[in-house]
Amino acid sequence: MSSHLLSGLIVLPLIGSLFILMMKSDEAGLRNIRWIALFTTLATFILSLVAWNKFDPSSAAFQLVEESSWLSDKITFKLGVDGFSMPFILLTTFLMPFCVVASWVSVEKRVKEYMIAFLVLEALMIGVFAALDLVLFYLFFEAGLIPMFLIIGIWGGKRRIYASFKFFLYTLIGSLLMLIAIMAMYWTAGTTDIAALLKYKFPVGMQTWLWLAFFASFAVKMPMWPVHTWLPDAHVEAPTAGSVILAAILLKMGGYGFIRFSIPMFPDASVYFAPLVFAMSVIAIVYTSLVAMMQEDIKKLIAYSSVAHMGFVTMGLFTLTEQGIQGAMYQMISHGIVSGALFLCVGVVYDRMHTRDIAAYGGLTQRMPLYAVAFMVFTMANVGLPGTSGFVGEFLTLLGAFRANTWVAFVATTGVILSACYALWLYARVMFGPLEKPSLKNISDLTPREVGLLAPLVVLTIYYGVQPDPILDVFAAPTSALLQQTQAALAAVKTAALTVQ
Amino acid sequence: MIQAIVFLPLLGFLIAGLFGRVIGPRPSEFITTLLLGVAAVMSWIVFVQVGFGTGGYKVVLANWMTSGTLTVEWALRVDTLTAVMLVVVNTVSALVHLYSIGYMHEDPHRPRFFAYLSLFTFAMLMLVTSDNLVQMFFGWEGVGLASYLLIGFWYQKPTAVAAAMKAFIVNRVGDFGFALGIFLVFVLTGSVAYDAVFAKAAPLASQTFHFIGYDWNAATIACLLLFMGAMGKSAQFLLHTWLPDAMEGPTPVSALIHAATMVTAGVFMVARLSPIFELSQTALTVIIIVGATTAFFAATVGLVQNDIKRVIAYSTCSQLGYMFVALGVGAYSAGIFHLFTHAFFKALLFLGAGSVIHAMHHEQDIRHMGGLQSKIPFTAAMMTIGTLALTGFPFTAGFYSKDAIIESAFASHTPGQTYAFLLLVLSAFMTSFYSWRLYFLTFTGAPRWGHGAHHNDHAHHHDHGDADDHAHAEPHGHGDHTPHESPIVMLIPLAVLGVGALLAGFIFAGPFIGAGYDAFWKGALFTGKDNHILHDMHEVPTWVKLSPFVAMVLGFALSWLFYVKNPRLPVALAESQPILYRFLLNKWYFDELYDFLFVRPAKAIGRFLWKKGDGAVIDGLGPDGISARVVDVTHAVVRLQTGYIYHYAFAMLMGVALFVTWYMFGGAH
Repeated sequence: MSSHLLSGLIVLPLIGSLFILMMKSDEAGLRNIRWIALFTTLATFILSLVAWNKFDPSSAAFQLVEESSWLSDKITFKLGVDGFSMPFILLTTFLMPFCVVASWVSVEKRVKEYMIAFLVLEALMIGVFAALDLVLFYLFFEAGLIPMFLIIGIWGGKRRIYASFKFFLYTLIGSLLMLIAIMAMYWTAGTTDIAALLKYKFPVGMQTWLWLAFFASFAVKMPMWPVHTWLPDAHVEAPTAGSVILAAILLKMGGYGFIRFSIPMFPDASVYFAPLVFAMSVIAIVYTSLVAMMQEDIKKLIAYSSVAHMGFVTMGLFTLTEQGIQGAMYQMISHGIVSGALFLCVGVVYDRMHTRDIAAYGGLTQRMPLYAVAFMVFTMANVGLPGTSGFVGEFLTLLGAFRANTWVAFVATTGVILSACYALWLYARVMFGPLEKPSLKNISDLTPREVGLLAPLVVLTIYYGVQPDPILDVFAAPTSALLQQTQAALAAVKTAALTVQ
Repeated sequence: MIQAIVFLPLLGFLIAGLFGRVIGPRPSEFITTLLLGVAAVMSWIVFVQVGFGTGGYKVVLANWMTSGTLTVEWALRVDTLTAVMLVVVNTVSALVHLYSIGYMHEDPHRPRFFAYLSLFTFAMLMLVTSDNLVQMFFGWEGVGLASYLLIGFWYQKPTAVAAAMKAFIVNRVGDFGFALGIFLVFVLTGSVAYDAVFAKAAPLASQTFHFIGYDWNAATIACLLLFMGAMGKSAQFLLHTWLPDAMEGPTPVSALIHAATMVTAGVFMVARLSPIFELSQTALTVIIIVGATTAFFAATVGLVQNDIKRVIAYSTCSQLGYMFVALGVGAYSAGIFHLFTHAFFKALLFLGAGSVIHAMHHEQDIRHMGGLQSKIPFTAAMMTIGTLALTGFPFTAGFYSKDAIIESAFASHTPGQTYAFLLLVLSAFMTSFYSWRLYFLTFTGAPRWGHGAHHNDHAHHHDHGDADDHAHAEPHGHGDHTPHESPIVMLIPLAVLGVGALLAGFIFAGPFIGAGYDAFWKGALFTGKDNHILHDMHEVPTWVKLSPFVAMVLGFALSWLFYVKNPRLPVALAESQPILYRFLLNKWYFDELYDFLFVRPAKAIGRFLWKKGDGAVIDGLGPDGISARVVDVTHAVVRLQTGYIYHYAFAMLMGVALFVTWYMFGGAH
């Protein structure tokens, strides 16, 4: 109980934003604001590494736990991490400095508010992954959307209002249902402590309703088909760094919710609803891949491909196999790096040309060889080429799916063909061909700042493709603990199936 | 040593790829070629050590991934099969590197080119040294990437970019099956490592597995799924369409990737997994049928093509079919032997064609060649050797390997072998015909190039991309220069491969498929206890042994009649059979068929789902519909002064407030 590392991680960005609040918005002040933001995010990252150093990945238990009284003696301010949440915290703190640097020159208006919004967002996202109290989780989960709304709504593109409105509508219904479910859980179990709830066995009939209520919220966040249509619009309108965080972290909150709540707390319902999730997942993979192929806007294309990739995640999670779950978790981390990097890549050309129209580009390789290399690496990771981090998650989730249901694996594996279609076609249209458009004749290659942004991500993408075990091992202990927990439920279903036969 | 063989090309790739712009083209060429040369020499040493000495071994490099019971290692497995592939890959790659110094000497992007070549070699080496299915998949897709990058090397040329994408995507269709095959093997045997899989393979022959609604024989479905991958990579019938288009890449690439090495990966895969494939008669029959059909189909198309590289590409496709027939009848070593000899003579033919193209200033249409024998005599001589070896002239490389395949097809008892035998003999006839047609049209007769002969072809010439970006583009005009023999760096590889095309069959027939079989392979290829094909194939009737020779002679004679004696005959024949001629010229209309069946529907469906599915249905009924109602209501009832954004933030807080209220009223005790 002595450690306050996790609350430190949440507080640190808030302190940074307080400093920024006190800055003036003149030229020197703006420079200071940017540097303070960068320094804060770097410090947070270093602190998260300290936490990681104290973390024992071989244990499935919650660690670095801290608890203090809050709303009542039963609803406490309790933080802690296990192998499922720790990697997400590291991913968050790791990507934040990239977002600050990516916004260095491209954000010109209301820089102060922008940076504050980002730092608050960081604090809230860390809170989501560290919360060990259901109510606390809900607060972070919902409050985290406010800065995101603001980022899209204030610094976004032309149709930003429509985009954030759409996002809001989707989220609202899911959130309300989840709130009701949380209340119901409290009334039944008498606690909102997550560790205690994980041990509590909800009646099977009640599990069904609770599962559906949570599902409504998480499915929107993932997003799963058919509640995915807010994502392309949100991405298109968000500024570059907003897209990075949206794709890399916010989408992962849904997957995290499934693995933290839906599967372990409602195992019977999870087994019962697995076919539904499979169906929605494979539809997402095929449907959104086909839609992605026909997009005319670079960001929309990548957004749709994100939906397809999240389809692999939900499919993998509900296979309830080691490979499926570890693969899905890995896919989320990998997608965080790769899709974040892809949106940074779009930002690079958007900053130069101020258009996301695929048709406005062509032949960029000739003028931008460095950019071509980085974009190629991330494209290949998006396609799931072995040797990149994108492969590991896809491979493991499909392997898990094959064990669970060959039809699911069969349909989902067509995703490897379709992803090649949309990703390579995008690359060909933007990067290859003759450089004919007059507007592109003087486009410049990556600046040193942009190289600094993309190079570490290139290295990580390849490193984690060749050596995924450092991350997979972290998931191993909680995965086997989770599977033991769901084993009983699975066995019950199998017995039932046998009886039917 | 094996580590050095595999990782020296990677080192070359990194040096040329990362620092090529700093150190310049010449050092990049030199370093990559030198590293490959060293790797090639060491490969031969390993080949002798393993094939004629102590046998195989395995080096574990690192763990790759672990998840539950699945463990995947990075490991290098060396046995005779690997050693054969090492020799093929590194020898051809080193020669192609050397050749490219001459062939690409005017291209401004040489460091990139050499980096890609070395990357390809590394991926191919990872493939052939793999110790488990997942590492094979890594190499498999890695060579696919390198092939994509090299076909699209002249990225300013839209046709090259399209061909590169086509190659990658069609290969992915095969990989779809390969991936499912890996999953299935893991589910059935609990492992992906070869030794563990093979140890548990035997019971699969009598096991059933429920896959997508059917009960399959476990061994059969596993083999068929894996074979789908082989069909993609080795351009077999139905998944062959990418290979001819891949000729858009620079010619040395065609020699290395699309003739000698990458396209044979499918053959290697089936041979490597022979302990599984031996279990399923059904799967082997499918392989025979596919292989024989490919051999025949590609040969028919090769008869009428006019692009020098496409003729050889179809020939490659056809020869790969031969190899698969050998695998299908259980004569794995014959298939690998043909892979081995084919690498020499087909690389020779491609590099020879490159030399012709170089001499003709990037003219590729054989109708505009002719009479080149006296202008480029060395190239002509080497092409003669390559053609003899391909057509199976006695005592050249192809004679030993190709005849062995045809004999084994006859001797086999696997269903489908008669079909295969007939088609292969027929294909041998056509191979001889189109190979000599290529030779006669290119090297003999009156020149059809030179002043005024084909000015309208300048357009074709410009297709290669921006003038300043491409070797041999603008400075030379068409026909202004007489064809010239290539520089010495291009001729040395031709000479080395020429020696191989002549002697490789004669020297290695014994160990590969003859008396030295057991001592040489040492169990690297598995044959079931009822499989006596290697014995039976030597005891076929004499007429069977003579049949490929007769087919070859007839093909040569007809070709001579058509293209030397009486050149009006082929024209007349084409005119009298316009439908057949166009059917063959358009490659049996596969591209059109696939465009109609897959490409256009996929695009149409994608657009439909986007506009109608997402747009009209989901958004229409969902957020847009709801918001329209909400907006109606808000307009009527309240007019808040703030912007929309604050509404949403406000509503979020409402949720929180609701919760706090509930708490205040004593919900939480």
